[in-house]
Amino acid sequence: MKKRFSLRKIIGQSYIWLILLLMYLPILFLVVYSFSDSELIGGRFNFSFELYVDLFKNKAIMVALGNTILIAIISAAVATFLGTLGAIGVFYSKPKFKRAINFATQIPIVNAEIVIAFSLTVMFVFLGTYVFRDDIFGFWTLLIGHVSLSLPFVYISVRPKLQQMDPSLYEAAIDLGATPRQALMKVTIPEIAPGVFSGFLLAVTLSLDDFIITSFTRGAGLLNGESEIETLSTFIQAAIKKKSIPEEMRALTTLIFIGVIIAVVAVTFYNARHANVKKIRKGRD
Amino acid sequence: MSSKLSQTPKVKRPHLVFFQRKMLSIPYVLFLLLFVIGPILIILLYAFTDENMMFSFDAFVNFFTTPSKLNVLWVSLFVALQTTIICLLIGYPLAYFLADKKVNKNVVLVTLFIAPMWINFVLRTWATRDLLGWIGIDGGSFPYLATLIGMVQNYLPFVILPLYTTFLKLDKSQIEAAADLGANPRQVFTKSILPQSVPGIVSATLMTFMPTMSSYVISDIFSEGKITLFGNFINLEFNNKLWNDGSLMAMIMLVLIGVSMFLTRDKNKETTKGANL
Repeated sequence: MKKRFSLRKIIGQSYIWLILLLMYLPILFLVVYSFSDSELIGGRFNFSFELYVDLFKNKAIMVALGNTILIAIISAAVATFLGTLGAIGVFYSKPKFKRAINFATQIPIVNAEIVIAFSLTVMFVFLGTYVFRDDIFGFWTLLIGHVSLSLPFVYISVRPKLQQMDPSLYEAAIDLGATPRQALMKVTIPEIAPGVFSGFLLAVTLSLDDFIITSFTRGAGLLNGESEIETLSTFIQAAIKKKSIPEEMRALTTLIFIGVIIAVVAVTFYNARHANVKKIRKGRD
Repeated sequence: MSSKLSQTPKVKRPHLVFFQRKMLSIPYVLFLLLFVIGPILIILLYAFTDENMMFSFDAFVNFFTTPSKLNVLWVSLFVALQTTIICLLIGYPLAYFLADKKVNKNVVLVTLFIAPMWINFVLRTWATRDLLGWIGIDGGSFPYLATLIGMVQNYLPFVILPLYTTFLKLDKSQIEAAADLGANPRQVFTKSILPQSVPGIVSATLMTFMPTMSSYVISDIFSEGKITLFGNFINLEFNNKLWNDGSLMAMIMLVLIGVSMFLTRDKNKETTKGANL
C-alpha cells in the first residue's frame, strides 16, 4: 500500500514540474539570453551585461515604462477610491438597488476585453462627433478605459470585508459622539483596509498587463507629449509587428520576471504565516 | 458639562440628514452608468443604424450573408473549443495533483502556476513565439499549431485555478467510501471525483472559451496574421473605422457571453469567487 502512494507521488510531482518547466521555458530562455549581447535568441552566447546598461539608455523603452507605471498607479488610485466608496454605499442601500448594482458590476468582469474596448471607443467616437465636435482620444479616455477594467475588481474585493464587519461598531461610534464622517474614516475604513489594499494591487496588475483597452482608447499625451501614448504592451506589440524588438527588452523582461517571482513568493509566505498565526490564536480562544 | 452633553445630539442631527452612507455609491453608480451601461447602449445603437445614424439592418444583413465573416465565427468557435479541451486535459490532472496532500504540500508551487499572469501579457507572448520559432514551429510554416500552443500556454493558469479550488473542497470521505464499497479506481473517478468537479470544469471552460474566441493578440502574433479570429475581426473594424459593422460583431460576442453565463449560472456561482483572485 505504501509503495503505491509513493509511486503516485513520483508521477504527480514529475507531472507538476514538467508542466511548470514548459510554462516557464520561454521566459527562462529570454532571461538566459539577456546576459548575452547576441542579436538573435538561440544564437552564439557571449556573456555580457551590455543589455542591462543599454536598457536604461533606450529612451523609447523608458518612456513606455514610465507611461505604463503612471497609468497603472493613477488608474488604480481612481478605481480604488470609486470602488471603495461604491462598495460602502451600495452595502447600505436597499436590497433591490443592491442587486441591480451587483449585476451591473458583473458585466465588465465576464465581458470580453475587446468588447469593453470597442464599445468604449465607439462611445468616445460618438461623443467626439456629436457633443465635443473634436477628437477626444488622449490621456482621459485611456484613464477611463483602465478604470472601467479594474473598478469592478476593487468593488468585489472590498465587498466581502463589509459583510464580515461587525455592524454594531459603526453604531457604537455614532452613539459615542462621532460624526458619520468620523465614524466612516476611523471605524469602517480601517476595518475594510485589507480588502481596499488587495483591490488596489489587483487594479495595478490589471492595468500593467493591459494591451487591448490601451490600444483602443489611447490618444496623445503623458510622457509621449504630442504623439500617441505608448505603454510597454503597445510598444512591444508594435515592435513584434515590425520584427525589430530591441535586444534591451530581454533585460527588462528579466527584471520584471525577477520582481514578479519575488513578490509572488513573498506574498504566499506572508499569507501562509498569517493563516498560521490566526489558527494559533483561534486555538487559544 | 451636562448642558454640553445634551447639546451634542442637536449638532449631530443635520449631519445625519445630509450625509447618509448610501450616498457614497453615487460616483460609482454614475461611472457604471456612463462607462459600462452607456457603451453597451451605444453599440446597440450603432449595430442597427448606418453611417448617417438612420435605422438600418445593413450591418446585420452584411454579417450573416458574407460567408467569410460567418467563417470567422466558426473558426473562432473551433479554435476556442480545441484550446479549452487541451487546457482541460493538461490542467485537470495537474490541479488534482496540486490539491492532493499526498502528492504536494507546497503552496508556493500553486502560486508559481498563476505567477505568469503577472508578467506582461505581450512580453510573455513574445517570449513564447521566439522559442517556438527557434525550434521550427513559426507562424510562417505552422500558423495553426503555433496559435494553438500560444493559446494553451496563455490560458492554462485560468483552467488550473478554478479546478484547484474545486479539488481542495473535494469530499474525501465519499471517495474513500466508494473505494471501500468495492468500486475500482476507474469507477471511483467516474462516479465520485468527476461529478464533484463539474463546477470547476464549468468555470474553467468559461474562463478559457470566450477569452480565446475574442482574443486577437495571440492569433495575430503566433500565426503572423494568417489566422483570423472573432477578436481580430473586431480589431480590423476598429482599424478601418467601420463602427457599425464592428458594433454588430461586438454585440454578437456580448450575446454569446450572456448566453453562456446564463446557461451555467448555478454551477458557476461557487467557484468564480475563488478564481477571481
